[in-house]
Amino acid sequence: MQPATAWDWSPGKKDIWDLSKHSREAQWHEELYASPDGEKTASIAKYGDEGFGICVNGQAQERLFEKIWNLRFAPDGRLTAIVQEEMDWSVLVDDEVWPEEYAFVWGVQFSQTGGTIAASIQQDGEYGMVVNGEAWPTLYQNANNFVLAKDGSATAAVVQVKNIPQADIWTYKEGCFSVAIDGNAWDTSFMNCWTPVFDAEAKRVACQVRHTLYDYSIVVDGQAWSSTFPSVWDPCFNPATGAVAAPVRMAGKWGMAQDNELIWDAKFFNCWNQQFSADGKNLWAIVAPKFGRWTLAVNGQVWGKTFGTMVTDMTVAPDGKHAAAVGKEGDKYAIIANDTIWVGWYDMVWKPVFSSDSHNVAAKVKRAGDRYTVVINGQVHNEDFDQCWDPVFSPEGTKVMLRVVKDGKYSRIVIPVPSSHH
Amino acid sequence: MTVDTQEKKIIEDPGIDQGAAKLTPEKIAQVINTTLGTENLARLYAYTKTCVHCGLCSDACHYFLSHDRDPKYSPVGKIKNTLWPMIKNKGKVSVEFMKEAARIAHTECNLCRRCVQYCPFGIDTAFMISTVRRIVHKLALTPQYIQDTAHSHAATMNQMWVKEDEWIDALMWQEDEARDEFPDFRIPLDKEGSDVYYSVIGPEPKFRTQLIYQAAAIFHEAGVDFTMPSGTGWDNSDMCMFTGDFEMMGRLKRDHYESAMKLKVNKIVMGECGHAYRSVYDMGNRWLGWREMPVPIIHSIQYFYELLMAGKIKVASTIDKLATFHDPCNTVRGMGLHEMGRAVAKAFVPNMVEMYPNREHNYCCAAGGGVINCGPPHKMTRVHGNKIKAEQLKATGAELIVAPCHNCHGGLEDIVHHYKLDMEIKFLGDIIYEHMVKTKAVEE
Amino acid sequence: MSMHTLYNLVTGPLAWAAFAIFIGGMLAKFIYLTYLAKKKDPTVFAYLSTKHVIRSWFMWSVPFVAKNWRLRPLFTVVTFAFHISLLAAPIFLMAHVMMWSEGVLGISFWTLPDQVADWMTVIVIVCCVYFAVRRMIVPEAKYVTDIKDFLMLILVALPFITGFLAYHQIGDYKVMIILHIVSGEVWLAMIPFTWLGHMILGPMVRGYMGSEFGAVRHVKDW
Ligand code: HEM
Ligand code: HEM
Ligand code: SF4
Ligand code: SF4
Repeated sequence: MQPATAWDWSPGKKDIWDLSKHSREAQWHEELYASPDGEKTASIAKYGDEGFGICVNGQAQERLFEKIWNLRFAPDGRLTAIVQEEMDWSVLVDDEVWPEEYAFVWGVQFSQTGGTIAASIQQDGEYGMVVNGEAWPTLYQNANNFVLAKDGSATAAVVQVKNIPQADIWTYKEGCFSVAIDGNAWDTSFMNCWTPVFDAEAKRVACQVRHTLYDYSIVVDGQAWSSTFPSVWDPCFNPATGAVAAPVRMAGKWGMAQDNELIWDAKFFNCWNQQFSADGKNLWAIVAPKFGRWTLAVNGQVWGKTFGTMVTDMTVAPDGKHAAAVGKEGDKYAIIANDTIWVGWYDMVWKPVFSSDSHNVAAKVKRAGDRYTVVINGQVHNEDFDQCWDPVFSPEGTKVMLRVVKDGKYSRIVIPVPSSHH
Repeated sequence: MTVDTQEKKIIEDPGIDQGAAKLTPEKIAQVINTTLGTENLARLYAYTKTCVHCGLCSDACHYFLSHDRDPKYSPVGKIKNTLWPMIKNKGKVSVEFMKEAARIAHTECNLCRRCVQYCPFGIDTAFMISTVRRIVHKLALTPQYIQDTAHSHAATMNQMWVKEDEWIDALMWQEDEARDEFPDFRIPLDKEGSDVYYSVIGPEPKFRTQLIYQAAAIFHEAGVDFTMPSGTGWDNSDMCMFTGDFEMMGRLKRDHYESAMKLKVNKIVMGECGHAYRSVYDMGNRWLGWREMPVPIIHSIQYFYELLMAGKIKVASTIDKLATFHDPCNTVRGMGLHEMGRAVAKAFVPNMVEMYPNREHNYCCAAGGGVINCGPPHKMTRVHGNKIKAEQLKATGAELIVAPCHNCHGGLEDIVHHYKLDMEIKFLGDIIYEHMVKTKAVEE
Repeated sequence: MSMHTLYNLVTGPLAWAAFAIFIGGMLAKFIYLTYLAKKKDPTVFAYLSTKHVIRSWFMWSVPFVAKNWRLRPLFTVVTFAFHISLLAAPIFLMAHVMMWSEGVLGISFWTLPDQVADWMTVIVIVCCVYFAVRRMIVPEAKYVTDIKDFLMLILVALPFITGFLAYHQIGDYKVMIILHIVSGEVWLAMIPFTWLGHMILGPMVRGYMGSEFGAVRHVKDW
């Protein structure tokens, strides 16, 4: 796939293919996935007893498998899927299956650009990861919370390093879990570890731990913070300074700690999904300032507009100064951006997307009767569709590409960005 | 039959006993005082100060009724033997006392909330017993088996130590099996934007895959646009809620809801489980600050009812056995689903008799509230503690019990067996799957 | 101290004190619990629903509506007769209302015929005896009853007993009336400090539970 600058950004609608025109009749076609550049769709097809195949823009690929699942386009446009042949599993990337096969493969992940593809594997009852076709040197009796660094240069997972005999609650309490990076576990182990994350350079790893049934803390590179808390949530690294921030619970409320020090008072009914801006200057999070009221906070400053049911899918703009999220009140969803709730309530709203200049926000929405469209800078697109994928901004941020299905056709529509309200 | 009350004294639980070996009175006092002094203070204060010690709640409790009205087993009697001395003595209670409190709170109360409906003030004894369990948890005195389950929850985000691949494999296996019956059958994994996210409990992929098969077959037949997640969050069960490990309860419910939120589904439909409903609908969400459900939670009873009323599932054949309907506490006193459950059952089993009392006043199965999860050492505690259920069942003369809850199945099976009742127990899903019109199945 | 000064004392400062403690104590209880709920138990307020609070109060205030009232008819009749008499007799008693109207408040309101009030007094006393006996013979009540609970019943009955004796001029009226007033004052003052505080906490708990059952769990709580 070409870089985004080379995609077809000429305004207008381009019909890509007629969904009724398949080169090969299938028993069924599973969900369609659209490529990042919008030029292709792919789906899994079942061809009777012959097995499963992949169909791209209606063209059936020749190679069939016993089973295919988790068909996804990588950010770089490569088409991936988990495939089974002769009872063993591997990953299909475009036309090639990774040479090694495993007893099971799941949890495919992509690095930010898609250059690295990783997956979780089980082989002979042992667990680990495979990265671009190469498995970890060491596998473990159990592993989960698998992650791939954004830049694709490292992987990590929570691994079980000590056997726990059945119902042996005492061995468990001694601490049987650790974090393995590229297959190598820390020498420290804990009662529980969750959600390892990498820093920007993929050199350091932080995670949540539980020392005892009640004492939670954050561990960075195997070293725990000296403070413990009644609970904590996922830590994250400041991409600029390398500091580690994590929500912590104290006396029944949540605050934010950074490198073992409280930076936001513990006054929230919840505080989570925090994220640093790329420049590291702003720390954003979803918070509940009151029981059952949700919004965003930046550097501890809480937005004024709140939602009663929930707030989710927070997106921080590339400049780090703006953010948007999906809010829900009762059973209707809306978009909140820069402390303004956009006019319009929907049956569903997908994660908002920012343009690279941070000035524009768009999101896919679902309206009554399962009709889909996109909202850009608070304005609803004037047409709705049977199906649609997340909108994609052009690299300079003046156009938006919609990938849609309507009247039995898959099309790609490029429109100019409507001016924003503010 | 009278139950020898001495007998229960000898029940040993390594979780309680070994935990107790490490305790000191100072530690006990400190934990009791911080817990009682800081958590859920308003309710605890109101309940303990309001109680007039009248014992009117007693007739609600199946343990009390089953032990020939032995007041030790009355709701307020259990509070007298656990919480009152802790409050009165400002936490200065003995290790022996705490062992006994752990045993009472974990094996002699199902947190069924029936007594809440009998106390004229609505005092929530279940809440107070939960508070005792919380103290027990903080003192590491929790019975072994349920603690192991809580450990599994923490390590794997499911109740049964199911590893990530085992879960997906179980679904694919059921999907494959079902294709012999329904050629176009799918259990779509991670299908974003589905109408329904179907969640189950840990034991299903481990021991009861048939239940996943059945539910998916019903959805398939009804044309439901559903999905199941390939990652964690699929297990809606929650033993941490019952051990008083509320922090883990929150973590589990976060995982559950977030996995549904990520898939942008309209709603979560959950299998026939009672306690999981309480966890997602009543307890876990609150701990996380969600007043309302971030994603609506529909119990199978309600969902089956809706499908049936909408004509999406139709009755092909009926069962002519005489049947009775067991109301799970958490779906009646937890959600008032008794009429819907009956309507679904009646459609397939026209010949129904009620047990008395019934609906929101039904007796608990004595397995719920984490009691069955305390494992084999405590089995007879709950079987003897629910003689009244056996009598209630026997009086119906029914051959079939319809019970839409996993815990209830476990509990009722033991009761049916012990009291030699010769009754069969079925889920709604068993019945619907067996007796619905299957338009999409292969001709036999 | 002469009888007269004693009388002045118990009807003057002591009466003021008793009412102050009673009203202040009840208010304090209400405020404290509200504060606790707001501060330490925030979900309580989040789920309160006026409709269901009222529904629950109503369902439990009518005899034989709640399942547990129906299961025990005698007790139900006793407790309703007891509570109604307990509240109505002192409030609407002619002798008491006269003191309000002639004394501080200067207001006068509807009164019960003396005979009715007298019978209600008897009812309260008899009910207290019933409660005491019940606590001695019904195992589940006996098990959770201690000496304090009996003292409470005596305390509750005392103003009624003394009031009855005074009204019927049994014994030394002057002594009796002072005993009556003192016991009434102790009665009032003790309410906030014992489980008699259920007078204010009871409806609060009931309302909360009514909301949880009605608005959240969609089920009856009676
Ligand atoms: C605080 C100051 C009080 C004063 C000055 C007071 C005074 C009196 C007086 C003067 C009588 C009339 C006796 C007669 O007819 O000769 C009376 C009767 C009565 N009082 Fe009080 N009282 C007080 C408190 C209370 C309280 C707190 C209660 C109840 C809890 C109470 C319950 C009664 C009853 C039930 C009777 C009527 C007995 C009957 O008619 O058989 N009194 N009181
Ligand atoms: C006005 C609000 C009041 C309400 C709603 C109320 C309600 C109740 C309820 C529901 C009970 C539970 C058991 C039963 O029904 O006997 C009870 C018991 C009792 N109440 Fe009240 N009450 C109130 C006021 C009072 C007052 C002012 C007193 C006396 C000072 C009192 C004395 C008692 C006693 C002694 C019992 C215990 C009976 C026993 O021994 O079993 N109540 N009340
Ligand atoms: S088992 Fe049920 S009725 Fe008995 S005390 Fe526990 S919650 Fe109350
Ligand atoms: S909990 Fe309620 S019913 Fe039970 S003794 Fe206390 S006041 Fe009476």
